[in-house]
Amino acid sequence: MADSPAPTADLPFRILPALTDLNREFWTAGTRGELRFLRCNACGYYNHPPTAVCPVCHSKDLAPSTVSGRATLHTYTINHQAWMPGPELPYVIGIVDIPEQADLRLTTNIVNCAHDDLVIGMPMRVTFEIHADGEDVIAIPLFEPDRTSA
Amino acid sequence: MSTFIEKQTVISGAGQSDIGRRLFRDPLELTLDACLAAIADAGLTTKDIDGVATYPGPMSIPPGFSGAGVVDVQDALRLELGWWSGGIEAPGQLGSVINACLAVAAGLATHVLCFRSVYEGSAQGTKGRASTMPGSGGGGSFRASGFMEWTLPFAAPSAAPWIALMAQRHFHEFGTTREQLGQIPLNARKNAALNPKAIYTDPMTMDDYLNVRMVSTPLSLYDCDVPCDGATAVIVSHVDTVADLAKPPIHVEAVGTALRGRPSWDQFDDLTTMANRDASAQLWGRTDLTPADVDLAEMYDGFSFIALTWLEAMGFCGHGEAGPFLEGGTNIARDSGVLPLNTHGGQLSAGRLHGYGFLHEACTQLWGEGGPRQVAGDPEVGVACAGGGPLAGALLLTTHR
Repeated sequence: MADSPAPTADLPFRILPALTDLNREFWTAGTRGELRFLRCNACGYYNHPPTAVCPVCHSKDLAPSTVSGRATLHTYTINHQAWMPGPELPYVIGIVDIPEQADLRLTTNIVNCAHDDLVIGMPMRVTFEIHADGEDVIAIPLFEPDRTSA
Repeated sequence: MSTFIEKQTVISGAGQSDIGRRLFRDPLELTLDACLAAIADAGLTTKDIDGVATYPGPMSIPPGFSGAGVVDVQDALRLELGWWSGGIEAPGQLGSVINACLAVAAGLATHVLCFRSVYEGSAQGTKGRASTMPGSGGGGSFRASGFMEWTLPFAAPSAAPWIALMAQRHFHEFGTTREQLGQIPLNARKNAALNPKAIYTDPMTMDDYLNVRMVSTPLSLYDCDVPCDGATAVIVSHVDTVADLAKPPIHVEAVGTALRGRPSWDQFDDLTTMANRDASAQLWGRTDLTPADVDLAEMYDGFSFIALTWLEAMGFCGHGEAGPFLEGGTNIARDSGVLPLNTHGGQLSAGRLHGYGFLHEACTQLWGEGGPRQVAGDPEVGVACAGGGPLAGALLLTTHR
């Protein structure tokens, strides 16, 4: 599906991110099935949310880098409040740890998991929800239990 | 310790407007009611006020979040100012008061009027909280940017789920329970019953708390504060003016403003604590007093869990130990606890006056003006702490030096 990814079926309403030169790869690489973060070529630091200067070594030589897509569940909440149009209630908001770097985290939605099965520390993997809006095709990175993990 | 310049400043007066769930009153009028009350309380006149500080300054979004800015008040009272400052980039809501302390100590002003004004209750009207969410009125073309870029696409637009994520992590690491956390709203409601300005005063039981609807696990409706209308003001004065003042001064013994972790609700290094960890440590480094000297604590409870983290951050219990500290509620009880907490009902029951309500109550108690809710034993040392997540500012206050 590299050239023209099909939008995910039965999409919930989502407010999409404003794309910039710095964040475009993060929000669109999922159309190719990849989770990418801006990374410093000089020192290797994954810089998220992305900024033009590496916060560790101050290099401006940064480029998107693909990670494994694996994660562990750092914490979660089952949201019952209708803040805005969105996924069917109740839905799960989580923060996942990205294993490639100790302080690399994402706020996300946890999907394909019964609420009773949620356990902090459980292995997760990325899955993308594809939204088309105007000229943009945006892949929202969601996480589901990684049942292939040992 | 006398070199820390906040010790050259005092709180000389405090005032508050009417407070209500929805007053439908002009927000500048409410603001001026609080400001004039504070000026009179200090025994001063508008001619004496030569500084103004506020948080967050003029803002139209979210609705009702700011009832007035500095220049609104300056013009309305025809003040002549040597210094002024308003803005949302500060160490929490009380960062504006701490700014005033620094300005007074630096000689830029002698009597600074500090205020915080909200009318969220009226502004939300019957449309509810959803009407305040980013993009709620923007139609399909709205795109998220800034910090919201990382939360809005996941339908997490509110601090409720952000704080819930932290609370769940705290529960996981330390075994904290809803029954323990629930002592904060129960204690607030009990104290609010003795506060004529409180919003919610009906008795609340642990069963009520455990059975009310969930908002974002583990936080339920009663873990969330209540939007309201109202304004609060205090006067920060130079200690050299105390002979001119109407009331005994409340000394600013130490302040804390530090922000050392990432300024984010999800990227902070330890999600079981907040920026208040570092602001509190800084505060205790600026005084010879210790947590054992504190007679009462007024701590931000925009969500109950934030107050829990303030208890730990300020050293009233160890990190991760707030659950056992709160167990049964006796430690924080106004009438018999080792640390009376949120003696006016906090924002949970007395309304989201947004930070300044805690400072107002700390002063009220230290002046012995608490009426039916006055803490016994002539309290001499109190803390006022405001802000959650990356926002944290705290003041340690004493009745004598």
